[in-house]
Amino acid sequence: MVVGAGMVGAACALHAAAAGLRTVLVDRGPVAGGTTGAGEGNLLVSDKEPGPELGLALLSARLWQGLTERHKLGATAEYEAKGGLVVASGEEGLRALLDFAAAQRRSGVEAVPVPADGLHELEPRLAEGLAGGVHYPQDAQVQPALAAARLVRAARDLGAEARFGTTVTAVLRTPDGAVRGVRTDRGDIHAPAVVNAAGTWGGEVAALAGVRLPVLPRRGFVLVTEPLPARTVRHKVYAADYVADVASDSADLQTSAVVEATAAGPVLIGASRERVGFDRTFSLPVVRRLAAQALALFPVLRDVATLRAYTGFRPYLPDHLPAIGPDPRAPGLHHACGHEGAGIGLAPATGHLIAQCLTGVRPDLDLTPFRPDRFTAEEATP
Amino acid sequence: MTGERYGLAVVGAGPAGIAAALEAGDAGLRVALVDAAPQAGGQFYRQPAPGLRARRPGALHHAWGTWRRLRGRLEAHIEAGRVTHLPGCQVWCLEPGFTLHTLEAGAIGADGVVLATGGYEKVLPFPGWTLPGVVTAGGAQAMLKGGLVLPGRTVVVAGTGPLLLPVAAGLAAAGARVAALAEAADPRDLLRHATAVPLGKAVEGAVYAARLARHGIRVRWRHTVVAAHGVDRVEAVTLAGPDGARRRVACDALAVGHGLLPHTDLAGSFEVDAEQRTPTPGVWAAGEVTGVGGAELALAEGEIAGRSAAARLRGREPDPAAWATAARRRERLRRFAAVLDAVYRLPGDWAESAVTDDTVVCRCEEVPASAVREAVRDLGAGDLRTVKLLTRAGMGWCQGRVCGPGVAAVAGCPFTDPGRPLARPVPLGLLAGQADEEEEREQP
Repeated sequence: MVVGAGMVGAACALHAAAAGLRTVLVDRGPVAGGTTGAGEGNLLVSDKEPGPELGLALLSARLWQGLTERHKLGATAEYEAKGGLVVASGEEGLRALLDFAAAQRRSGVEAVPVPADGLHELEPRLAEGLAGGVHYPQDAQVQPALAAARLVRAARDLGAEARFGTTVTAVLRTPDGAVRGVRTDRGDIHAPAVVNAAGTWGGEVAALAGVRLPVLPRRGFVLVTEPLPARTVRHKVYAADYVADVASDSADLQTSAVVEATAAGPVLIGASRERVGFDRTFSLPVVRRLAAQALALFPVLRDVATLRAYTGFRPYLPDHLPAIGPDPRAPGLHHACGHEGAGIGLAPATGHLIAQCLTGVRPDLDLTPFRPDRFTAEEATP
Repeated sequence: MTGERYGLAVVGAGPAGIAAALEAGDAGLRVALVDAAPQAGGQFYRQPAPGLRARRPGALHHAWGTWRRLRGRLEAHIEAGRVTHLPGCQVWCLEPGFTLHTLEAGAIGADGVVLATGGYEKVLPFPGWTLPGVVTAGGAQAMLKGGLVLPGRTVVVAGTGPLLLPVAAGLAAAGARVAALAEAADPRDLLRHATAVPLGKAVEGAVYAARLARHGIRVRWRHTVVAAHGVDRVEAVTLAGPDGARRRVACDALAVGHGLLPHTDLAGSFEVDAEQRTPTPGVWAAGEVTGVGGAELALAEGEIAGRSAAARLRGREPDPAAWATAARRRERLRRFAAVLDAVYRLPGDWAESAVTDDTVVCRCEEVPASAVREAVRDLGAGDLRTVKLLTRAGMGWCQGRVCGPGVAAVAGCPFTDPGRPLARPVPLGLLAGQADEEEEREQP
């Protein structure tokens, strides 16, 4: 039984159903109603430093290709293996970027240095005068809401049941503390295993089971332009500062624009990162900074109209790693949340590993870094 | 960048905005009246472009005398420098504090804001609604009032709402043949609520009915347009009656409208209190943006908003007795608006019966009804936002302003207006502040 029909929940339900488990997926809203529907669909390896998250990203990148072939996500969810291009404006930034890329290569990432005079061959409309960059062919893109909806659909085809508009109000436990299902506003659902894939709201679901998981929201804005001719922007392009922002512990605003075209034509410019709780208020200064950074990369977009801005909340845990796997504090409860801004990309690996846990198979990756009970009491108190 | 700071900024120069600006100006506030249109008056008092040199613009209008008085007062205020009229100025963002960011005139600062952004027309989809020659009822009226042109020679007026009568009467008076006037509502519903209809409104209705009769136009009540036919242009429409009978009517234009919706882009949906204050301190709202009710109601609400704002922005407690007459008018007209709202409705099953699977429901992104139905049936979409994410309906240039209600109806979910923090498409350079900086550099 999976709680949350975002991208991660969809992947968990699909992998569980494919493993032959009787699966029920519930969500208090519709499919992709939370962070999934407010994201850009980044499937990035380029922004991950060597470590457990990169391992997850590389496993996911492989699984995405399989999912795409099996479920025709290229046609139905705008999956595109377009590659990423990270650029540096100055020599110092470029040196740091190249060092970072060299370390990534040792961990299995394809990262190809691009000299300044090679940037325009990859990305003709890019600004002049950049110091150089790194090309990441494994980076890809997908329309996240469609991908989640298609995976839920695929899970249903394998016999899984999806119940939308159903709110989990309690986690049912046996006298010895094991999880035995959930109570919802539409009746009880009994299951020996409950997967918490509630994303930004994962802490609340954990609390229903009596355990603490310190998931907090980190707000982001994304800008959407008018449709542009195909191949105006060819890769996912961003400045090297982005990596530092992703890993930052600061509560303050960070912006570093990631610019990418979508299959339908509009260019997406994301994303800011701010810890402001669940505050949806539009912030013009944040959006202005995103726009300015996008123009620094692509001055050609200056007269292009921005049609809308949207906002969402990334679920983050104190060490910026997700919680994946069984929770020893509540036998039967599994977590699959806290992926911060990378949940779309990391979802297939997460679903795959959760299904392995559920069926007693040794997981392909060591889950120790993702243990849900890894936080000290102090860290777990926001 | 104007960089000017005003006591009050009024957004929209229709009846509500003008009334608010006049009251605030009378009370001595420095007022900016910001409006997207080239001339004040809004949709209701839309006037021919001066270049057309219309001899009798009032002939196309109802309550032209009221407009002449309003315009006279406004001109006096503008002359005296109490009201600064900024026509042709589109506000793309309202920032707390307040700063109104405009596409044409940079940023405008103000201590308080009256939102009088009006309403916009609701048009629901049906097969053929995207054909050239199909215009909105309000669009037909705007062509006539603003450009002195007709949408066609033989026009069918259809849909629902009190706007259809004056549109049909206006088109006929200007020389068009109105081949049919199809109103989806049931007149018996109107009679049931007869006691809530103000005498003035009853007289107004009778006047239109008499004008229509003079042109030989009969209102076909309980008739809806279910299809427009043609190849390059509309050639005929099919009307369906209450008994299911369908009739084809030849025409070269169809003016169709299904009522008005509040234009809430700048602030999202909200409710106002007795002083027309929104939940945001310092922001008032008046007219259609608070709920559609017509020009007369807009005038009353604008007057109250302007008086309340004038007092409160100078730190005084306003005296509601000062606007008692307007408040009484407001109550009466709101009751009437509620009646119209209850009466002018489409049959509950129109979306299933009229909207075929191949009907394009979102014109910008060319999304057919079948895609919306599939998203709901197969993909787990339960609300308008998810339908948009899964089908692209509402993601194009209009951002769902045109197609939102139709898509919601086809999806079978409630229509919720999300508000749009970017109320207009904004060039990235302007958004980034580059244009502003450059101008500042040029004019230190």
